[in-house]
Amino acid sequence: MQILEFEKPIVHLREKINELKNISINGEIDLSDEIKTLEERLEKLEDDVYTHLEPWDRVQVARHQERPTTLDYIHHLIEDFIEFHGDRYFSDDEAIVAGVGSFHGQPVTIIGHQRGKKTKENIRRNFGMPHPEGYRKAMRHMKLAEKFNRPIITFIDTKGAEPGKAAEERGQSEAIAYNLKEMAGLTVPIISIVIGEGGSGGALALGVGNHVHMLENSTYSVISPEGAAALLWKDAALAQQAAETMRITSYDLKDLGVIDKIIEEPRGGAHRDVEKQAKYIEDTIQSSLDELKALSKDELVENRWDKFSKIGDIREV
Amino acid sequence: MLKKIFNRNNNNTVIPDEQSKKEIPEGLMTKCDKCGNIAYRKELINNEYVCLNCDHHMPLDAWTRIGTLFDEGSFEEWDTHIRTNNPLGFPEYLEKLEKDSKKTGLTEAVVTGKGTIQGNETAFAVMDAGFRMGSMGSVVGEKITRAIERARELKIPFIIFTASGGARMQEGVLSLMQMSKTSFAIKRFSDAGGLMISVMTHPTTGGVTASFASLGDYNFAEPEALIGFAGRRIIEQTTREKLPDDFQTAEFLLKHGQLDKIIHRHDMADVLAKVLRLHAPVSAPEKKEAVKGGQTV
Repeated sequence: MQILEFEKPIVHLREKINELKNISINGEIDLSDEIKTLEERLEKLEDDVYTHLEPWDRVQVARHQERPTTLDYIHHLIEDFIEFHGDRYFSDDEAIVAGVGSFHGQPVTIIGHQRGKKTKENIRRNFGMPHPEGYRKAMRHMKLAEKFNRPIITFIDTKGAEPGKAAEERGQSEAIAYNLKEMAGLTVPIISIVIGEGGSGGALALGVGNHVHMLENSTYSVISPEGAAALLWKDAALAQQAAETMRITSYDLKDLGVIDKIIEEPRGGAHRDVEKQAKYIEDTIQSSLDELKALSKDELVENRWDKFSKIGDIREV
Repeated sequence: MLKKIFNRNNNNTVIPDEQSKKEIPEGLMTKCDKCGNIAYRKELINNEYVCLNCDHHMPLDAWTRIGTLFDEGSFEEWDTHIRTNNPLGFPEYLEKLEKDSKKTGLTEAVVTGKGTIQGNETAFAVMDAGFRMGSMGSVVGEKITRAIERARELKIPFIIFTASGGARMQEGVLSLMQMSKTSFAIKRFSDAGGLMISVMTHPTTGGVTASFASLGDYNFAEPEALIGFAGRRIIEQTTREKLPDDFQTAEFLLKHGQLDKIIHRHDMADVLAKVLRLHAPVSAPEKKEAVKGGQTV
């Protein structure tokens, strides 16, 4: 598994312990006291490191190559999932997965960005960066969810919408803008969860939910830390600083009034225990659904408007 | 002839300074940044800042734009009292806003209000690229949202002139969220039957293009305006694609079906007035009486 920079002291200590254990097993010397001391130290070190992650550390966790994706969570949370393809205009964009399935017996529409974990799959899925047809596929399924009156669950996990010639030619701006406008008016509950990186308009185009939640170590931002550093200080190497200044962690977004709930992650990040992470997400979705179930169609739209129309930080003079 | 005067370096001629070469001039003369033609400012004003030689549409500040479109004395400005709180505590951000405010005479990068175009009443928002590159933060999003909401309540159309570098970095994710806020307001306005016209002017990019700028019932643009989602340099760096010269121009968008029409600045008021007239509210026919026994009673 990919080891992140801030985890190295932990890994180092763990290796030390294993070494001592091996020596003990070979029966040469009894080191159980030493091992016990080191294990206690490891426990404390892990607590220390993982409970005090800096914004840049969280960026690394959010980008971890083993971090669970939309399809991983669908696998754990949704029964009878059927994926549907294509926007019916141009092509099938594999950077977005869309389909229907059953969540605790309730039919739901699930839509999410999909990146790959290995290079080959990443290329097929364009690193989770959708083209316009991806957003149009997503909207088609959101409209179907409305027609058949079932809730929508979206998983946000993208560096951003594809920047490229083809995307511009086919109306990337229009595709995103249209989703923002149409998601706003849907008369079914929408629950959006940022599970990895939430990059700019390409993320938001699946994110106009009644409830918007974030996994603890995910990020949500107007621009990547590297992009911000290049733009603001003309130096992409200052990304680490930009990750702090731009306030992109789940705790920042909660504080800024953008998201509803931070979903806890297993120690070290979602990739350490996918099953546990899926359970945390499952509980959050269920409580969101319970809450939103009580609202009429009009109230659902009004509830969403209340949320989004208040976002911003202004004063009147 | 003008060139001759200039070349002679006549003492009566004011040579445009560096700034006026790029922007709307402070001095007497202005140089076209496309063809280099130098014209008297007065001549340019009379020509709505369209180059007399090459027809290049120079950037307009918000109030000049409003002056070229609206009937004299018909304009009412809205929400001049909203300011940002600097949510990220961004160093020097408020000072920069203050500086641009002094430079442009505006309180933010958009002017909103209502007025009449050839007698047709409409609400509108005009962005100004001279204020923080026309970028969208909380205040720009809020002012546009309020203008759309007001247009909905007043049952009048809404026209927006965009000119923006996109989301304002100094307000981070709150800038991003203005995209959904404004788009939401457009949804409510549209559902209520409101007419929205978007006119994209140079430059319209990023989060502004990917929200309200693209959400008009009709999307227009000025000739040669730069309109795009991702920056040209970013696309070249990430994809190493060779991009055509006209990439992300209004003409490029029109060709690819992303625009309804390109409108010359001299025709703008006429076309907008015509669209407004053609969408004037028509009262629906009276509901027929209930049908009994196959016959209308």
